[in-house]
Amino acid sequence: MSSAEVVGADKAPPPPLEEEQLSGGIRGVWQRAWLNLRTGNLGAVPIIVGELAVVMIFAFTATNFFTAANFVNLIEQSAGTAMLAYGVVFVLLLGEIDLSIGYLAGIGALVVAELQLPGSKYQMSGLLAMLLAVAVCAAIGGVQGSIVAFVGVPSFVVTLAGFLIWQGVILNTLEQRGTIIIQDRWINYTDLYIFSPFAGWVIAAIFTALYPFSVLYKKIVARGTHIAQQSWTSAILKTVGIGIAAFGTVAICNHAKIIETPEGLPLPAVLVVFFFVVLTFLAKWTTFGRHVYAVGGSAEAARRAGINVPRIRVIVFALSGAMAAIGGIIFAAQVNSVALTFPPGNLLLNAIASAVIGGVSLFGGRGEVRGALLGALLIGTLQNGLNTLSISNGWIYIVTGAVLLAAVTLDTVAVRLQARSGR
Amino acid sequence: MSDTPLLQLQNITKTFGSVQALTDVDFEVRAGEVMALVGDNGAGKSTLVKCIAGTHAADSGTIEFEGREVNIHGPKDAARLGIEVVYQDLALCDNLDVVQNMYLGRELNRAQILSEAPMEQHTAETLKSLAVTTIKSIRQTVATLSGGQRQSVAVARAVMWNSKLVVLDEPTAALGVAQTEQVLELVRRLGSQGLGVMLISHNLHDVFETADRITVLRLGRNVGVFERRETTQQAVVEAITAGVPTKVSGVSSAAGAGAEA
Repeated sequence: MSSAEVVGADKAPPPPLEEEQLSGGIRGVWQRAWLNLRTGNLGAVPIIVGELAVVMIFAFTATNFFTAANFVNLIEQSAGTAMLAYGVVFVLLLGEIDLSIGYLAGIGALVVAELQLPGSKYQMSGLLAMLLAVAVCAAIGGVQGSIVAFVGVPSFVVTLAGFLIWQGVILNTLEQRGTIIIQDRWINYTDLYIFSPFAGWVIAAIFTALYPFSVLYKKIVARGTHIAQQSWTSAILKTVGIGIAAFGTVAICNHAKIIETPEGLPLPAVLVVFFFVVLTFLAKWTTFGRHVYAVGGSAEAARRAGINVPRIRVIVFALSGAMAAIGGIIFAAQVNSVALTFPPGNLLLNAIASAVIGGVSLFGGRGEVRGALLGALLIGTLQNGLNTLSISNGWIYIVTGAVLLAAVTLDTVAVRLQARSGR
Repeated sequence: MSDTPLLQLQNITKTFGSVQALTDVDFEVRAGEVMALVGDNGAGKSTLVKCIAGTHAADSGTIEFEGREVNIHGPKDAARLGIEVVYQDLALCDNLDVVQNMYLGRELNRAQILSEAPMEQHTAETLKSLAVTTIKSIRQTVATLSGGQRQSVAVARAVMWNSKLVVLDEPTAALGVAQTEQVLELVRRLGSQGLGVMLISHNLHDVFETADRITVLRLGRNVGVFERRETTQQAVVEAITAGVPTKVSGVSSAAGAGAEA
């Protein structure tokens, strides 16, 4: 502390900060919610409402949509996209873009498929193969990031080049060979492993407990200080909400049957939530995460504050590559193979759209990891629902596009509302 | 005020290609005084600030801090010495809140995990101690603050780090009348606390409101140092626009060598 304390001691005490004026209990939660709504600080509410609306619509129109088995299906289909979208969040937070992730996912899957191939001279365990694949894609991402960070080539161009190059590598490898079948069970487990009902409950309990523990931790460190804290009521309400989501998911999965075979919580659901927790922690609780937001807000300000901006950029692009590889492996596991048609559908655009629908700004510095999860879920539900309705692919694209436009428009209006209300 | 200046620059020369931005410039700030640095566009004010901040390295000349010769190679070196620069465009991140900006690049952490509570506590204390009381919440983003509030945050950030010298680059350039007064009050308070303050300004009114001494640069050279009490705005304006360099070295001439820095 500098000698600054001395001055102004004779001044009148300053007015209390806004947070200190809200009352506690249910009333306080309601007041805060109303304040947020009025000032356009909508958070995740619109997208959750949208997701519920989409589920309702399909539940009434499609016969095979509102079934436990289809729920498990939905998780297995969306998990890969969510992984890529997580990486996209960090890249967008910097105000950059990564167009190479679709084919980097392909490279990740390809590396895994090659390394597990029985009979080849470098065959290895599936776990090791996956680690290597993630490392390779992280390195590729890091190299692309270095060109952005040190040379100053726009990320759009660098990763567009990556898009072409890695597509070419996949074509060259698979054109002759055709499809590579993946037999390694560890690799296939990433999308297809099913937990026993009991294990599912335990996992739900663990993830539900994380949030109240984080609140408790914050309250313990803030003990004895005057800083504003989250109220107990809001913490309890949120914990209950998370608990309903977690236990509800497990309950539905445990209920699922695919032709007499009982299902359960699939591993990809756990992976999605696990990476959500880890990456949210990285973004919100660590100095690295803080620096990512700072660079996205103003790279010049970050540089002057002594933050190593190129280092942050390289790490973020490496992270994006690693998440792409993980997503790619999950997609490959879904079909037990890697073929020329990999990556499936519009993987790149779906991943970017997921993050953007989830409220991550393309201009950097604004957004959260949970946005990618919710966005991927919404896009996954839409596409899954439209599929069960046997609607043509053309319409699926059109509807996805319309939802993307609506979400971003709503977000833009909300931001303008926030700016006007001075928040 | 001690006899050794807090910061003493001697014979600082800096060229950018063929452009001579600074020629044999001397400059000093004592602890507890507000030293203004004035000059027309292209006089070399910003270049001099960048040499002190470590953004540019001077081609020749010496920098002494508290009587010791120092080399400043970057913002971190400057910060280690106790020199904090508040730039014209503030260098705040609009998307981050007040606390996050106050600790930008120097977040308190335990094993890379942020320690939010002490940061928030300390920010609130620092702002209160500087009598910055117009900010509604220290958890609101800087984008929502007024110009004066933003400047206050930037200045508060500079003094929070046990700094000895605070360099303010055009702190009132974008502010209204009331906000300017608020910031000038803050500047005077810093000086009276025993910090050295270097105030770079175009606005002679601000300078005469706050400064103890005034250094005038013209075309990258020293024109002179004025005691505020013994001079007039008229004299300083003349020095800025038509002053004669106090020392001439080598063969280079004073005329026409000005460079925007």
